[in-house]
Amino acid sequence: MSTDTNDLVVPSLHAHTGKGLGTGNPADAFVVEPARARTRKTPRRTRTNFEMLAWLFMRLSGVVLVVLVLGHLLINLMLDGGVSRVSFAFVAGRWASPFWQGWDLLMLWLAMLHGANGMRTVINDYAEKDATRLWLKGLLGVATVFTVLLGTLVIFTFDPNI
Amino acid sequence: MPAGTLYRGREGMWSWVAHRVTGVLIFFFLFAHVLDTALVRVSPEAYDSVIATYKIPLVNLMEYGLVAAILFHALNGLRVVAVDFWAKGPKYQKQMLWTVVGVWVVLMAGSFYPVLEHTLRTWFGG
Repeated sequence: MSTDTNDLVVPSLHAHTGKGLGTGNPADAFVVEPARARTRKTPRRTRTNFEMLAWLFMRLSGVVLVVLVLGHLLINLMLDGGVSRVSFAFVAGRWASPFWQGWDLLMLWLAMLHGANGMRTVINDYAEKDATRLWLKGLLGVATVFTVLLGTLVIFTFDPNI
Repeated sequence: MPAGTLYRGREGMWSWVAHRVTGVLIFFFLFAHVLDTALVRVSPEAYDSVIATYKIPLVNLMEYGLVAAILFHALNGLRVVAVDFWAKGPKYQKQMLWTVVGVWVVLMAGSFYPVLEHTLRTWFGG
């Protein structure tokens, strides 16, 4: 038996020490703790609940993205000739306004983070080998950071007179 | 359908599959789209030449497919939010899915001409 397990299984005489099951039943001495039982090495709680925050982020960003992305599609693909009028001059005209710069910046960040977190879920679901998962998520992280930073840089440094 | 099968093979599972497939497709497009838009920082000519690709009829048709994927993902995403946050959401998830499908069909019909106008004009003039 490892020291951890020994610590958990103690005779009732030692119950007052705070170790073991401490129910007062002499049979406690023979109880084997399940593999997932907390030991002294188990953190009591994690500092943040990342998965819960990710779950919440998907729903909040999703609702905002419905407005941002459908508006983007309406303007760039549907209204007034749709894709036929998209050009450098068209982009320059729209990014002359801080409102549309802000719209596109927020859309870029939320869509990339929402998409990256979705891809993380997909990778976790289907990549069974630890190494494969790690590599795919590493690649995803690098591609996401690169794309978000590139897009942000482009919006902030756009020059209509290039 | 075997008794007791509440999820597998039913609306809940297929909407999950469709949400996942459309999500992955949209993410790959988004990645390419940020890169092509970044060409505005290179030169007007570079940007306009890549945007010319968007105006090819076949690519225009793919844009209609992109609209289809985004509309489903958006509408079904709102349904997921309703299932998670609305007390009666889980009870009405099936009805909400068929509402999503109905609204999706209407919006797809409505966006057919606006999105494909460029191709239709190229082919049939006017």
